[in-house]
Amino acid sequence: MSDLYEHTTDGPARGRIRLLQLYPGDMNIYGDWGNALVLARRAQWQGYDVEMLSYDRGEELKGDVHLIVGGGGQDSGQERIKEDLLARGPALRDLAEAGTPMLVICGLYQLFGHHFVTSGGVEMPGIGVLDAHTVAGNQRLIGNIAVESEDFGTVVGYENHSGLTRLGPGTRPLGRVRPGEGNNGQDGTEGARSHHVIGTYLHGSLLPKNPAVADWLLARAVERSGGQWEPVPVDDPVEAWAERAREVALSRPR
Amino acid sequence: MSLLTSLRSTATVALGRTARTVARLRAGGTGGTALPGLVVERTDPAFLRRTLDQLPLGVVVVSGTNGKTTTTKMLVQLLEERGLKVLTNRTGSNFVRGVLSSLLTEVSWSGRTDAHVAVLELDEAHAVRFVNKVRPRGALLLNVMRDQLDRFGEIDYTATLLRQVAQATTGVVVTNADDPRLSDDDFLQGIEARVSAFGVGEGLRDVFLSDDELRGGPSGAAPSTASHGGPERLCPPARVILKSLDGQQAVIRVDGEDHPITFTIPGVHNQLNAVAALAMAVEVMGRRLDLPSLLGTLSRVGAAFGRGEVLDLDGRQLELSLVKNPAGFRMSLLTAEQAVRTRGPETVMVAINDEHADGRDMSWLWDVDFSSLRDGGVAVVTGVRAWDMALRLRYDGVEVGTVEPDLSRALDLLRRAPGQDEGYRMRVFTSYTAMLALRARLAELTDVEEVMK
Repeated sequence: MSDLYEHTTDGPARGRIRLLQLYPGDMNIYGDWGNALVLARRAQWQGYDVEMLSYDRGEELKGDVHLIVGGGGQDSGQERIKEDLLARGPALRDLAEAGTPMLVICGLYQLFGHHFVTSGGVEMPGIGVLDAHTVAGNQRLIGNIAVESEDFGTVVGYENHSGLTRLGPGTRPLGRVRPGEGNNGQDGTEGARSHHVIGTYLHGSLLPKNPAVADWLLARAVERSGGQWEPVPVDDPVEAWAERAREVALSRPR
Repeated sequence: MSLLTSLRSTATVALGRTARTVARLRAGGTGGTALPGLVVERTDPAFLRRTLDQLPLGVVVVSGTNGKTTTTKMLVQLLEERGLKVLTNRTGSNFVRGVLSSLLTEVSWSGRTDAHVAVLELDEAHAVRFVNKVRPRGALLLNVMRDQLDRFGEIDYTATLLRQVAQATTGVVVTNADDPRLSDDDFLQGIEARVSAFGVGEGLRDVFLSDDELRGGPSGAAPSTASHGGPERLCPPARVILKSLDGQQAVIRVDGEDHPITFTIPGVHNQLNAVAALAMAVEVMGRRLDLPSLLGTLSRVGAAFGRGEVLDLDGRQLELSLVKNPAGFRMSLLTAEQAVRTRGPETVMVAINDEHADGRDMSWLWDVDFSSLRDGGVAVVTGVRAWDMALRLRYDGVEVGTVEPDLSRALDLLRRAPGQDEGYRMRVFTSYTAMLALRARLAELTDVEEVMK
């Protein structure tokens, strides 16, 4: 399945970005679609055509994509995709090592690590794109959360997970939690970064309120496609609204 | 009832009613729903069961993520117009304490009731607490949607709560054949009660998508032919089916026979709720079933407050449309589209709060496709999370007139927005707590049905 989001600027397109959403059928429970949509729109506004692709179980995983997003699901959703994801692991690892930007949230963040040990003690193997491992905890970590990140400033979102993730030396956190629980509620870290891959528990959706992260992903995607991301200011209230939405989110009860 | 328990009930009723009076005085004449229930719960824990055990037709519980209040109201009307006296928690206070408080207003001073049946709306988590005290004769399970992920963590967990309700039920469980979780064999396995089902016809499957199906089509968890059942599945073929729907005209199939019906109530989700209510009414009436008269009532039923409620404001119609989750919002948008086609343009406002009762997590807004609002745009966006909502609309290419988080000021802006001179209808899509606040403000401006809350 593919949809074309054509550039909205005058003149010819500056380029074409192929954006792939992983497992929208099983892993799309926290408004993850919003992240894909925000990337497509922001690229359109900068003069790019965006080919929106999706990958579900049993389909062919196309290698020539420039940007990959993946979301969260129920435990049962993770259960359904785990075999298929393992089979796709080598291809996804190759893409990550080649510099393909990826944003994986919640369930897919967990499965992009080495393994996820469920509350029943069963070890679900991950694909090891991120040097991280996750063990199910006995309480859910839920609420508004903010993360101080070196590259993106304050990242605002909402977390809802019971998995406790710990990072290995091969990956660095997205940032420090400020308020919130983050990766494991203990070490103050949230998220993981390796190559151009960002894994995080922040949904909410992440990108509408955090355009800095969206544009970073787009910059890397444009580079992957052989171009250079040189954004121009957009005449649209979304930038101001995102700032107001961030302020409100930060002021709300957890 | 022995003299001793009767005396006990008399004391409890007196105590509870006193608590209600005190609570209302404190709240300035309104409210006070939970406190009397709390007092009774603490002082006489057996009161609930003792009172409800008197009912010859027992207790029917209505639960599920969405549509409880409206469906309960409809079911009560269906049964009352058949001559049954029905106890219910019509305030929409759907916790055990709210039920107790409602009972206090219905029973005599000695705790006696001449009601035939109780129809109680119960929140999923509290339904489990309730059925531990009183086993229902019937359970109507509407759906499991994702509007309370921040409360329950997982949709699958919400389904386990409803399963406990089904397991405690003694007579009949009426389930939604099209809800992948509620018609699943694992869900229905080991239920003692008889299982009956309602659903929609094949032609309406793409209208009533489950949350799982909003993006990427039916997933592995969603059998699309649920309403047809199958020999290997525990969910029986639906006994009551919404076969077709065109505006207010519908065809409802009951026991294999088609019946045309013209609904008064607007909104496809309300019409599906009506079908669910009918499915349970058919079971409650049993051998006394008089289907033509039930269908007559069904064509007249209305929505519960704030759900498809139409008010008159400044000589124009204002429709309140409660939205709590992606699938529900989608239904409301479909309803609005239909209204624009038949009755002309509308001036639209969206009000989104993130209080506990709304859910703090805003991510669900991103699973709703708002492109149907592109033609008319949205005049005003309001509520605590107005900026989140405005962002959502802009990323779907919908023009937004004004963003005004203050609900009262926003309502004034809506009244003066383009369309005022043309007398356009006004439509407000609103989250739960924003709806309560808007209703309170509207009550100062026009006639609004008063509801004890």
